[in-house]
Amino acid sequence: MLKNVTRFFTMLSLWVSAVVFASPMGAFATEAAATGAAAGGGAGHAWWFWPLILLVFCFVLGVIAVLAGVGGGVLYVPLVSGFFPFHIDFVRGAGLMVALAGALAAGPGLLKRNLASLRLALPMALIASACAVVGAMLGLYLSKLDPRYVQTALGATIMGISILLLCSKNSEYPVVTKQDAISHALGIEGIYQDQATGKEFEWKTHRTFTGLLLFVVIGIMAGMFGLGAGWANIPVLNLLMGAPLKVSVATSKFLLSITDTSAAWVYMNQGAVIPLIAIPSIIGLMLGSLVGVRLLAVAKASFIRYMVIGVLFFAGFKALDKGLGLGIMG
Amino acid sequence: MTKQTNTCVTSPEQMRYAIILERGAYLGILIMIVTYAVYALGILPPHVPIETVVNNWHLGVHDYLQATNSPTGWDWLALVGTGDFINFIGLALLAVMTIICYATLIMPYFRCGDYIYLGIVLAEIAVLTLAASGILGSGGH
Repeated sequence: MLKNVTRFFTMLSLWVSAVVFASPMGAFATEAAATGAAAGGGAGHAWWFWPLILLVFCFVLGVIAVLAGVGGGVLYVPLVSGFFPFHIDFVRGAGLMVALAGALAAGPGLLKRNLASLRLALPMALIASACAVVGAMLGLYLSKLDPRYVQTALGATIMGISILLLCSKNSEYPVVTKQDAISHALGIEGIYQDQATGKEFEWKTHRTFTGLLLFVVIGIMAGMFGLGAGWANIPVLNLLMGAPLKVSVATSKFLLSITDTSAAWVYMNQGAVIPLIAIPSIIGLMLGSLVGVRLLAVAKASFIRYMVIGVLFFAGFKALDKGLGLGIMG
Repeated sequence: MTKQTNTCVTSPEQMRYAIILERGAYLGILIMIVTYAVYALGILPPHVPIETVVNNWHLGVHDYLQATNSPTGWDWLALVGTGDFINFIGLALLAVMTIICYATLIMPYFRCGDYIYLGIVLAEIAVLTLAASGILGSGGH
């Protein structure tokens, strides 16, 4: 009985997702956004129209982000900037707050269960958060010059992320034969215990210097586009540096709470966070994530993941089209 | 589960970090929901009328601030009694939690003489405090 109910809600959420992304609501939102933008931001609707639509939209985003195993921020910025009448500055500011709130809510549990490694996170977080500040300032500066610069770069980045998600194959227990000097000096190592088998795996990292350099790029992109950065953190920690997959995922989520904090402050101080946009987004995504976690056991995650990759590619192309003014997608 | 083989920051410190973060995050989210209800229900008059926000949110941040006469940096504190800027209490609490949690790591690293990580923690606090201060890019508006 319970299984049938859960399956019903899974199917319902998938259909709602399809409705949102496939076209009617997306097209409706795009059309309404275009009308709104032409005649002032929200002309023709009561003030609560867009916050309410945003709340529902983010709820669906939260459900499918969990099912697809991606962060909410990476879906939020390209889709909301594509379908809603808000300027991309405010979408990026809200995107950072969304990613930050999600990371802050998840972080304590990961630390309490000792899944996230503080020794692995702290050096990476310092580089990423300092660069996120630079990225946030650069993004706001470029947007002031011409928002199409940011829109174009965002589109190209999102399309790149969708390809990365399609191609990347994580490794549950990467083999690290020799710990490098930086990792050794920082003591980045631990013992991972598989809860299913009870078996313990000692882990350490290598290629730490390359990892730190990549966190420069990750930080800049996270700050510039307000994306969160789980999509990049996990491959670097897992595939490049050799941390076990679950440690990488947990540490990445914890890292976001630090990286996004620095960029979020820049956006807030510059006035690029509008509560009317940011708060319904945060609440919608958090509620959606709670439902998504419950649906995770019965949903066909691989199908949803491919659907999300497709949606991301589409959203990236839409942003690129808008930024370059090609007019292919209207 | 990951056991740290280098145990300068032992479980109690990590647990303290987690507990403070958890309480702060949930308090921030709760405050955010309550203050948003105050804003949306019109219990407190906003500094910028909601219709003005809606009619200008398609503008870039620079033009939006001019059109709505909104503050930058920490100037929102002076307007915290208004329906819209009261929302920044919850948002700012969420953003300040990491700095508070990092501060709890200073003594454990200092006590066990792990000066590399002590330096990393202090540098991180400096970066986050600088970002929060509003000094960066304050000349932009």
